[in-house]
Amino acid sequence: MSRGKKIWRTARFLTLIALVALVMAGCEEPTMSVLDPKGTVAEKQLGLIQLSVYIMTLVCVVVIGIFVYVLIRFRAKPGDNSIPEQVEGNTKLEILWTVIPIILLAIFAVPTVQKTFSLAEEAPENGDALRVKVTAHQYWWEFEYPDLDITTAQEMVIPTGERVYLELESKDVVHSFWVPKLAGKQDLIPGRTNTMWLDAHEPGVYKGRCAELCGASHALMNFEVIAQEPQEFEQWVEERQNPSSEPQNAQEAAGKEVFTQNCMSCHAIDGTDLKTSGDQGPNLAGFGNREKIAGLLEFNDENLEEWLKHPEEIKPGTYMPSFDYLSDEDMDNLKEYLKSLQ
Amino acid sequence: MGGGFFFIIGGLEALLIRIQLFFPNNDFMVGREFNELLTMHGTTMIFFVAMPLLFALMNVAVPLQIGARDVAFPFLNALGFWLFLAGGILMNLGWIFGNAPDAGWTNYVPIAGNEYSAGPGIEYYVLGLQVSGIGTLIGGLNFLVTIINMRAPGMTFLRMPLFTWTSFVASALILFAFPALTAGLFLVMFDRIFGTAFFDVALGGNPVIWQHLFWIFGHPEVYIVILPAFGIMSDVISTFAKKRLFGYTSMVFATMLIGFLGFMVWAHHMFTVGMGPVPNSIFAILTMAIAVPTGIKVFNWLFTMWGGKIQFTTAMLWAVGFIPTFVLGGVTGVMLASPAADFQFHDSYFVVAHFHYVLIGGTVFGLFSGAYYWWPKMFGHKLNETLGKWHFWLFFIGFHLTFFIQHFIGLFGMPRRHFTYQADDGLTLLNQISTVGAFFMAIGTVVLLINIIVSAKKAVPAGNDPWDARTLEWAISSPPPEYNFAQTPRVRALDAFWHEKMAGNKTLEPAEPLGPIHMPSPTHLPFFMTLGFFISGLGWVFRSVEVGVLGLVMVVLVMFIHSFNHDHGYYIPLKDIPDANNDPQKGAKA
Repeated sequence: MSRGKKIWRTARFLTLIALVALVMAGCEEPTMSVLDPKGTVAEKQLGLIQLSVYIMTLVCVVVIGIFVYVLIRFRAKPGDNSIPEQVEGNTKLEILWTVIPIILLAIFAVPTVQKTFSLAEEAPENGDALRVKVTAHQYWWEFEYPDLDITTAQEMVIPTGERVYLELESKDVVHSFWVPKLAGKQDLIPGRTNTMWLDAHEPGVYKGRCAELCGASHALMNFEVIAQEPQEFEQWVEERQNPSSEPQNAQEAAGKEVFTQNCMSCHAIDGTDLKTSGDQGPNLAGFGNREKIAGLLEFNDENLEEWLKHPEEIKPGTYMPSFDYLSDEDMDNLKEYLKSLQ
Repeated sequence: MGGGFFFIIGGLEALLIRIQLFFPNNDFMVGREFNELLTMHGTTMIFFVAMPLLFALMNVAVPLQIGARDVAFPFLNALGFWLFLAGGILMNLGWIFGNAPDAGWTNYVPIAGNEYSAGPGIEYYVLGLQVSGIGTLIGGLNFLVTIINMRAPGMTFLRMPLFTWTSFVASALILFAFPALTAGLFLVMFDRIFGTAFFDVALGGNPVIWQHLFWIFGHPEVYIVILPAFGIMSDVISTFAKKRLFGYTSMVFATMLIGFLGFMVWAHHMFTVGMGPVPNSIFAILTMAIAVPTGIKVFNWLFTMWGGKIQFTTAMLWAVGFIPTFVLGGVTGVMLASPAADFQFHDSYFVVAHFHYVLIGGTVFGLFSGAYYWWPKMFGHKLNETLGKWHFWLFFIGFHLTFFIQHFIGLFGMPRRHFTYQADDGLTLLNQISTVGAFFMAIGTVVLLINIIVSAKKAVPAGNDPWDARTLEWAISSPPPEYNFAQTPRVRALDAFWHEKMAGNKTLEPAEPLGPIHMPSPTHLPFFMTLGFFISGLGWVFRSVEVGVLGLVMVVLVMFIHSFNHDHGYYIPLKDIPDANNDPQKGAKA
């Protein structure tokens, strides 16, 4: 008996540690929480999650209630060697715990089906809606606005309060598009086009992640959805349709030269004579305005140089070759040019 | 033994994963290395730990529980074991030669294709699983035939112990599920080695075919490893509550229903593939339906204990710990069944938490429970109870610490299979707690190993029936003689042994006169047949057609030899069947 008590005490102590740890975890602010939706889709999904949590908590409370009662009430007492009555079963009880779960599941199934259909709504035929074609590459994201003639990478800009219809495609392997605060995920599969829609209620930067194992840098295939007030969005569209990508001074011009020799077989830049070149890497139009380098690093000179010199160290398995052979001067010029892309 | 060894490998892989995730942007094991780690961890745990250990317990208990001398096909049984071991070794060779599979245990194409996973990594996966898969398939067949054909007189289907029932249904699932895996593995192998294009979009293939084939196998697989665990729980709980299993018949039908529905729901792993709302809804409702028979089981277990006299042995602790754990895993399963909500859960740590609750809280707890329960039957001595309880509490608490938190890690936006997270994602502390929990589980496992050694050193004889149990296996000596029952017993009720004990009998009434017992001859052929498969597998891994074909020739050769082998076994003469059983009067007493 005393040994049993000791084990109980140990167990209680460890449970306490676990609870304290849980409380402490609350101090950190998760920035991609599904439980803090900022768009209609994520709200609908949270609604379902909440409903299921209520039902499932009910189930757990009943089961664990009976469980605890049984364990305490029917412990074998020392010295009691009697044989308990051998019960076969009880048809009424068994029917009861068959029917009740069926009812609970029906309560959950109806809104599930409803919402599954509403999330699958397609873009309206008349073409008024904002459409974005999302193309996933190992390990970066391309966003094309076919009606606006804009292509960006890593950052998808959308107006608040408006539904955006996405067409999802992949250039290489299976990826999955996920912005937890705005909408659940949808896979991007080579050879097919999937669709989904989302919206954002308020302006903000919402983190997105690739959710399907896609190779070495799967964990680093990050992107952002930037929601702006409609007027601001209009302005962004205007800027992006008339990008200022021409060099303004000698250093930038020299940088452009370095770019043409080293980078343009993979990267195009809208608004320049380089527009028609490579599409292996992201289109660099507006690069100077990006929040992050490669979707990961804070945008500053040091990180930019590090990325250009050793991309493999930052993103394992990336297709970008390293440019560590450039002279310091060439490197500086290139960086200036890249930063000037607006 | 093999399964235990792989359990340690798989566990170490898990620890490495958790160490990498201790800090944001940790660079301990990144990129492809991490992908190899998670692939090998998942594959090892499912195929080389859960399945073989369950098979081991089935081998111990099923023939005894139905009063049979052995399994129906001892040759196939040996072959199945060697194939599993060869498959496991073949796959782990990837570590030694520096190129382990890296496309996840689901091995989705195209990342598993040549273009995105160069080198022989995926070949280890494809051929290792193919080889061990043959072993599993014949193992399943063997148990089906054994249970159908070799039951003792009076052991009707509705008198079979629940573990035998669940093994039976699991074997049937193996029979139907594994061919889908075999076919899929062949397609991948042909795409990679012979340049076919089943999955290559550019040449008219379709990568989604693999996902369907994989999950048509993969979902029933979950039930293949959980149903026998349910059976263990049923036997253990009724033994230590000293009560007949509540609602036996509904338990049996729930088992069959779960097995059947298991085949209907594979596409719930593919809600985000873009199948459209109609298939998604259909698969959602079918999936939710599984909760009903599972719920029936849980309530039956609770009411088996109700009114009983519960003894908290270690085996029972695992069974009792299983109930709330599995219920948690079950309810998150229902949550995942809703497509619209699953768009958020899918491929996040929420899913990781869910299936570890089911697979550890169900299968592993079941395996531990079964191990403590049948240990005296297997080896003649019990495992130490004090160490056993330490093992339970360390592992149980560590488990919940590791995985309960992962539900939140998932809801807070961390996808599964990510080798890192960013410092500003707000996920650091949660991940650290999870890692600490994993170490608790590891320490618990070390305690188990110590327990096994310590108990074996003392080896206090446990007697035939140390738990005062209910089913046939406890009616004969521990460990059982090689022929199990000297005389096939006559079964007169459910819980046959308990029935006889209550009627005041010490053993069961025999159903046949005592006579010489026929035994199969020991043979090395299964080993050599497996060696053939292994050589062939290695040949394909290194893309040497000659070696690949050579191995297969060897397999055919051994089959040929076996076919013309006229050794029909031997008889154990009456004089070698010892004491008590040797007295024909003794059995007749009942």
